[in-house]
Amino acid sequence: MAEYAAGFLRPDFSDWRHYLAEMLVTIQIALWGTFLAVALSVPFGILSSHNMVPWWVLQPVRRLMDLFRAIHEVVFAVLFVVAVGLGPFAGVMALFIHTTGILAKLFSEAVEAIDPRPVEAIRTTGASRVQQIIYGVIPQVLPLWISYSLYRLESNVRSATVLGIIGAGGIGQVLFESIRAFYYPEASAILIIVVITVTIMDLISQLLRRLVI
Amino acid sequence: MMQMIAISVSNLSKRYGQTRALENVSIDVRRGEMVALIGASGSGKSTLIRHIAGLEAGDGETGKVVVLGEVSQTAGRLLRGRAAGRVAVIFQQFNLVGRLSVLTNVLIGNLGRVPRWRGTLGLFSRSEKERAESALARVGIPHVATQRSSTLSGGQQQRAAIARTLVQEAEILIADEPISALDPSSARRVMDVLATINTQDNITVLVSLHQVEYARRYCKRTIAMRDGRIVYDGPSTALSNGFLAELYGDASEELVLPESTAELVRALPVRPSGNEPVHMLA
Repeated sequence: MAEYAAGFLRPDFSDWRHYLAEMLVTIQIALWGTFLAVALSVPFGILSSHNMVPWWVLQPVRRLMDLFRAIHEVVFAVLFVVAVGLGPFAGVMALFIHTTGILAKLFSEAVEAIDPRPVEAIRTTGASRVQQIIYGVIPQVLPLWISYSLYRLESNVRSATVLGIIGAGGIGQVLFESIRAFYYPEASAILIIVVITVTIMDLISQLLRRLVI
Repeated sequence: MMQMIAISVSNLSKRYGQTRALENVSIDVRRGEMVALIGASGSGKSTLIRHIAGLEAGDGETGKVVVLGEVSQTAGRLLRGRAAGRVAVIFQQFNLVGRLSVLTNVLIGNLGRVPRWRGTLGLFSRSEKERAESALARVGIPHVATQRSSTLSGGQQQRAAIARTLVQEAEILIADEPISALDPSSARRVMDVLATINTQDNITVLVSLHQVEYARRYCKRTIAMRDGRIVYDGPSTALSNGFLAELYGDASEELVLPESTAELVRALPVRPSGNEPVHMLA
């Protein structure tokens, strides 16, 4: 046990270029998964808001989002590894689907809390439904939508690390291999890189939020 | 002949649960008129206006609303389409989109008129932007175009909302208590702008008001409502405080301003003074 802890106390950064490259792959998995999820969550979020659509649209879309959300991203990743093979693409698909389920729900909650009166005013100008959404709804929910998306991006960086462990590419795969091979100093170095990366992502997303809102 | 009538409401009724918001209401407003709609809180003014605006459908088989010769609702069914956008509406709470710029809020008035794809993508032409700017100049707030509309005062927001209706180029403007959230001097400015639009552009104006002084001051004709029914429809001059007390009993106090404010309203010239540019957007 002491030996195990001692290994972690002497991080070995000798292979840091490789770790950094793999970390970058993980970030890319998270970025793509989140980006695709945000793009799809905009229509799905609006279609699962009770103040926007009738029940016969609302219910099917919400149940589909429940399905996306109910299955853990790791499970999706296992399924996709089987379907599309080992590598980052499986990780992107897994994050994409699970995050869509989560963001669509969060987005729809923001839409359900809007002030309906500006939308009514826009309706009286003869605007179409899509125009009412673009000019009346989106400006009201945009700050919350951005916050939710950035938060999911942060958590997806963490999740993408885990996905590497089951073969979806990135730093997780390297981490898991070095732990299994009892290379604790290397594992320790990788963990430090992960922590620093998540911290940097947090700082960047804070900066972005302040810029946009 | 039908075209002489701007708004025609016949036998319109509406219930919300147990409350009867509208009870067999029929009114006609001729083109070019400026008509006040008064009544205590809960008398059905807002409900009537929302029906004329096409935001709500009435109950039953008899109700019908005709706007400029086009049926906008009949037998409890809204007919959007041709009537959409032909009635411009301003609201008690202004209903601007707070995070958009004032100019964008005014440009929204174009949405019913420009091609769908262009409005959806927000590609407004230079001349449309110029018209929006001159509409803002006309209501007396040309300098706020780039600000977020949530940064404006109440009176400025209401005038921006009026600028939006000018851009909409509707021939009918209905206003749902446009001044009850405003202080007396902002309220006067807003009413002045409405009166100017009515006389200069020949736009038909139907304005619901909480206080009868403004109706007497600005409108020749007043329609009074109580408990969802029309109880008076005639010249505003006949609405003395005594007559109001007859119509509304104790509730009439709510409709009459305290004497000091009432005098302020009476003391004012009806026309806006020279500093208000009123010549643009002809």
